[in-house]
Amino acid sequence: MKYLDEYRDADLARRLLKEIQQVQRRPWVLMEVCGGQTHSIVKYGVDDLLPRDIELVHGPGCPVCVTPLELIDKAHAIAARRDVIFCSFGDMLRVPGSECDLLTVKSRGADVRVVYSPLDCLKLARKHPEKQVVFFAIGFETTAPANAMLVWRAKQEGIRNVSVLVSHVLVPPAIEAILDSPWNRVQGFLGPGHVCAIMGYREYEEISARYKVPIVITGFEPVDLLEGVLMTIRQLEEGQARVENQYVRAVTREGNQAAQELVAKVFEVGERKWRGVGPIPNSGYRLREEFSGFDAERRFDVAAIDTQEPSVCISGEVLRGVRKPHDCPAFGNDCTPEHPLGATMVSSEGACAAYYLYGRRQKTTVGG
Amino acid sequence: MCLGIPGQVVLLENAGGLRMGKVRFGGIVRDACLEYVPEVAEGDYVIVHAGFAISRVDEQEAARTYQLLEEMGQLAELDQADVDVEPGGNDSAGSKPDG
Ligand code: SF4
Repeated sequence: MKYLDEYRDADLARRLLKEIQQVQRRPWVLMEVCGGQTHSIVKYGVDDLLPRDIELVHGPGCPVCVTPLELIDKAHAIAARRDVIFCSFGDMLRVPGSECDLLTVKSRGADVRVVYSPLDCLKLARKHPEKQVVFFAIGFETTAPANAMLVWRAKQEGIRNVSVLVSHVLVPPAIEAILDSPWNRVQGFLGPGHVCAIMGYREYEEISARYKVPIVITGFEPVDLLEGVLMTIRQLEEGQARVENQYVRAVTREGNQAAQELVAKVFEVGERKWRGVGPIPNSGYRLREEFSGFDAERRFDVAAIDTQEPSVCISGEVLRGVRKPHDCPAFGNDCTPEHPLGATMVSSEGACAAYYLYGRRQKTTVGG
Repeated sequence: MCLGIPGQVVLLENAGGLRMGKVRFGGIVRDACLEYVPEVAEGDYVIVHAGFAISRVDEQEAARTYQLLEEMGQLAELDQADVDVEPGGNDSAGSKPDG
């Protein structure tokens, strides 16, 4: 119980834990979908506080981690061009491509910039009409409205020197891929709070009913996570399978309509490749035909770049919850946040980095 | 990546037809796009992700979450903002020494 007193809501956390202990009778395996939840769980030791036979496995919920290697190589090829200002969210800079990362490309003279908002790219494009401004548009549904607005405004304002390199992934198809896997052990899900703030949770009701699996939309504070676990376990023990919303303060069933509308105008659903997992049908967004003029892959002719992933890294299995970071022989030895071999070690939301940062160097007894 | 940072809308603005605003996070004030929260007024609290307000929250929730993010060291993205957009501005966020 070493961490519990560090919780700001220690009393509430204690009550939730007690209730979990009362409700739980059988062993259960739950997955938290969102990388922000993984970070919080590992940092605050939420999984260590839980009864031993409730296992939390870490999901695919980090868009940085699942951006395919070949797309990172394409980004590097585009960024290296002299006529390009390449913009990205900060977390993509250190993700290794097959040769190096964006920071290295920058140190070789490329104009690579970190932006806070995708709209910053419009300002840059107006200021540098002689340059091509390219944005690395990655993310889950949470980020799609921001990226969609960039493209929408560029078209409306007639700004031609902006384009986007899109790697947008969707959460529901990833959950289905996990549930369809013959190795799946996950019996209940903590759903992604901020993704659902945008999308609502109707899609999740359909998945929950079809696979008979409880899904509880959950926030990312330690007490949110404990409450999410409690609600999921209660359903499992009662033999129920439905969607519940723990994160009511930010999520409604319908989600953010204005955001959904603009996303649907700019993007359409299509197949996406996930790093470590491979192609999943209907698992991401691509630009609609009307906006294809803003597609950096077309503008810069990088379609031929195709890269294989290194074989030591098991991040694909880590992402699907099949194995844990310390099952990887490279974990903490050849692979560290300073020298990441796979993307789950790069982002602080990646399971490998979270384990490394918070001292999970050894295999715990849980879930042996 | 899907981090949402709560802050208070201190000013509403119209930037060429785009609903924008200034949002205060602790001591830092940043621009945010408010197109997706049409109901929000000055003084309201919102969750901001990648420079866009994605939903409204009440004040108490906002304060709690902000503290938590601070503890988790997850507020770095607020510091790596607009500086980079200035022409010739040096790129403070991207130039962290590697390792
Ligand atoms: S420790 Fe490194 S090499 Fe091993 S799975 Fe994680 S990211 Fe891949």
